[in-house]
Amino acid sequence: MSELTFEGVSVRFGGRRHGLTAVDGVDLTVPGGSVVGLVGESGSGKSTLARAAVGLAPLHAGRILLDGEPVRRGRRSRPALQMVFQDPYSSLDPRMTIGDSIAEATPRRGPARRAEVTRLLDLVGLGADRARAYPGQLSGGQCQRVALARALAGDPRVLIADEITSALDVSIQGAVLNLVREVQRELRLSLLFISHDLAVVRYVSDFIAVMYLGRIVEYGPAEAVLTDPSHPYTRELLAAVSEPVSTGEADPALRAVADVEPADPHAPPPGCRFHPRCPVGPAVLDGRDLCRESEPVPQGHRHLAACHFAAGR
Amino acid sequence: MTSPAKSTWAGVLRTPVGAGAAGLLAAVLLLAVLAPLLWSDQASAVDTGRILEGPSGEHWMGTDGLGRDIFFRVLVATGLSVGLALLATAVGVGAGLLLGTAPMLLGRRAGRLVTAVVNIAVAFPGLLLALFFAVVFGVGATGAVLAIGFALAPAFARLAQTLVAKVAGLDYVAAARIAGLGRLRLLVRHVLPNIAEPLVVNATIAAGAALLTFSGLSFLGLGVQAPLYDWGRLLGDGLSSLYVHPAAALAPGTAVVVAGLAFNLFGEAIAKGIGMRTTPVLLRPRVRSAPAARPAVTGEQEPVLAVDDLRVAFPGSTPVRGVSFALRRGEAVGIVGESGSGKTLTALALAQLIEEPGEVSADRLDFLGRPLLDLPARERRHLLGTSFAMVFQDPMTSFNPTQRIGRQLAEVSEQHDGLTRGQALDRAVDRLQAVRVPAAARRAKQFPHEFSGGMRQRAMIGMGMMGAPALIVADEPTTALDVTVQRQVLRLLDSVRTADDVALLLISHDITVVRQFCERVLVMYAGRIVEDLPAADLPARARHPYTRALLAAVPDMSTDRERPLAVIPGRPVDPADVPRGCAFAARCPLADEQCTSADPPLVPDEDGRRVACWHADAVTGLPLVAEEVRVGE
Repeated sequence: MSELTFEGVSVRFGGRRHGLTAVDGVDLTVPGGSVVGLVGESGSGKSTLARAAVGLAPLHAGRILLDGEPVRRGRRSRPALQMVFQDPYSSLDPRMTIGDSIAEATPRRGPARRAEVTRLLDLVGLGADRARAYPGQLSGGQCQRVALARALAGDPRVLIADEITSALDVSIQGAVLNLVREVQRELRLSLLFISHDLAVVRYVSDFIAVMYLGRIVEYGPAEAVLTDPSHPYTRELLAAVSEPVSTGEADPALRAVADVEPADPHAPPPGCRFHPRCPVGPAVLDGRDLCRESEPVPQGHRHLAACHFAAGR
Repeated sequence: MTSPAKSTWAGVLRTPVGAGAAGLLAAVLLLAVLAPLLWSDQASAVDTGRILEGPSGEHWMGTDGLGRDIFFRVLVATGLSVGLALLATAVGVGAGLLLGTAPMLLGRRAGRLVTAVVNIAVAFPGLLLALFFAVVFGVGATGAVLAIGFALAPAFARLAQTLVAKVAGLDYVAAARIAGLGRLRLLVRHVLPNIAEPLVVNATIAAGAALLTFSGLSFLGLGVQAPLYDWGRLLGDGLSSLYVHPAAALAPGTAVVVAGLAFNLFGEAIAKGIGMRTTPVLLRPRVRSAPAARPAVTGEQEPVLAVDDLRVAFPGSTPVRGVSFALRRGEAVGIVGESGSGKTLTALALAQLIEEPGEVSADRLDFLGRPLLDLPARERRHLLGTSFAMVFQDPMTSFNPTQRIGRQLAEVSEQHDGLTRGQALDRAVDRLQAVRVPAAARRAKQFPHEFSGGMRQRAMIGMGMMGAPALIVADEPTTALDVTVQRQVLRLLDSVRTADDVALLLISHDITVVRQFCERVLVMYAGRIVEDLPAADLPARARHPYTRALLAAVPDMSTDRERPLAVIPGRPVDPADVPRGCAFAARCPLADEQCTSADPPLVPDEDGRRVACWHADAVTGLPLVAEEVRVGE
């Protein structure tokens, strides 16, 4: 069981003037053998954080540690972190049989390799005879199983799953979620599970982190975050999945806030990044100018929330 | 098991142009190899007695200044002409590939330098480069090969660069990179095989171009030098006596044209074969006239939309197999189904947007009391243009990226209501305000890319409201949006519906969204409606096993986290291969012999709910979450 820690991680794209800070000073811990669910809207930087962890995005600042040691990457070293991607079709080479795709990721050589491919296919619920199939001959769900098998081939200590079910049909999604949970428990993997779907994250995760515009705004045990959300953005996400759609708020100020466009990540608002959209922020309530001026730091007695008025609402 | 690429190549050969071009190319190549071996002697036999003769039975194309047979000379010259052209192409492709893949191999900084060099080189015309290099490398065949090769290289490098960049961004390359593969192995194993097809096509066409350029250089005296000869030189020799003896110039000229055509046509044929998989041609819908309309269903209020036995057929499959429903004014109805269930095609059929070769038929397809399938095209367009609005999943592709949003909205009113440009634009701003686009007047002047996804979707709804819509069909309007934005768009649709009494048909794969938003839910499976029930009856009173399985398979905020999710075994039905009997039978825990032999009809009960299942009454007794959990598909 390994613990994955992000320490003040920032990722920037582009030049100094027109650059975009996709991930901005994120501290996050995936405790050994547990599942951390990361939710947030597109553009919040959750996928970039994942890509940074596996070395696909360059770090601008901060460190990523595995059991307290910086993650080592190199041609020879065995990859300790593995990732499963969103699109099951584009994540497999269409010109390679799935057996070859998996074999490429195993460190073993020779006949042991064949046996390993069979074992992995079996682990994800596919027959060994499928090793000679091409990705185009498999369904989306089956491709996602293959992608998982390939990720497991390197004996990773930490697995990162980036929106792995959002491209799948609903009737298939459940099977893949079950499989991921099963494998995670059996191998006692640490898992960073990224999704925009709060219901899916709730089902899989032990801890939940909520990300907004490059920052973690709330983090804590899943039950605590879901039953007692402290950040207004988390409350809004929860409302979106659990309450029926109504014509809107009676209060014009609340309605205006509810219709505000999501902020542009190229030019995040000053102070608290959520304040233009916040139903308990300066746009609705008087005397909350603090939100416009200073950025809240994550704090709290039960779990962490980056909101000036987390306790008082 | 064959790789998917092989069938493409075979498919190309089966088309008449492809087969013809391939035959011609094979003949040219065969001639290039055999002609020098077979006829070199005849071609170089000097006969001073018969100088510059016209075509005759003995010399089909006449003779040249030394009495040599021009026909044989042209045939023998095939070898050198084609051979040198191919050599030049090889040089060009090789250099281009090296330059094109260098950015990936060298890393960011050195890669950028290479890219810059290629970008500059591409700016020069190929022939100019060829002439320049020809002077640099000196006059002669070697110089010409290098010159043409290097002239081809920049365009090829650019192509390779673009293709490599595209494939290198895909997830499987990322996955291989995480697994620790080196750059060279990444390139050879994952990138090159996946860009080979377009590269081969372009190399073939480039060979044709090289052939022409080479002939040009030789003709100018910069290419092949005597005593060697290729078509360009024969053409140059023949041209001097064109008026006395035209065959001497025409023969090599024809040879150049034929060989060039062979290469180009073959390349184009393959390109078309590969392209066909990705770019289907969009055509205006062709609607088959419906069978005689049945007498209208009597009701206290005329429905906005009445659909009876709607079918959408494509050659080889019928993805929508008899859909019947009606929509009242102001009603919100959701259609739920997985991909391939026919829900989107149903929506497109309603909007008369089914493309060739699809065919739409229905016993009844009445919109506002008028039969859509029997109306003349003009009237139909007007009716749909003013009273029917459609919102698509991806608002980026439903707007023209080169026109301002306001202009695109205004166009609707100019077309259908005969408003002037100014009036229409005012209305567009007014409608944008109505769909709560902030600063509507300013934003109407912006282009689609300046709008966020949610705002674009609002503008799309605003476009539908330029007329006075009686029905809005929204096909996955929120799938591309984030949950919070999704709510904004749904709220907007809901307020439009209640304010103007507009009927709303929401199509979605997400049963949670439909439940939150609609009054009635139609569940589709394999091209049919299998259940029609009030949203309030979900989940407890759902009667079709598929509906219940769908509800159990999707986690919501109250799902038991300790238990595995229920799984629907098997795969969704392929529309091209719908089984006999109930289409869901293969995945259904209740299926028996009756289910596999006869398709259950959609039967209404006393409350107006409809279900198509032989065992509908047995289902409500089943637990919502299946006890037995199946892994595997």
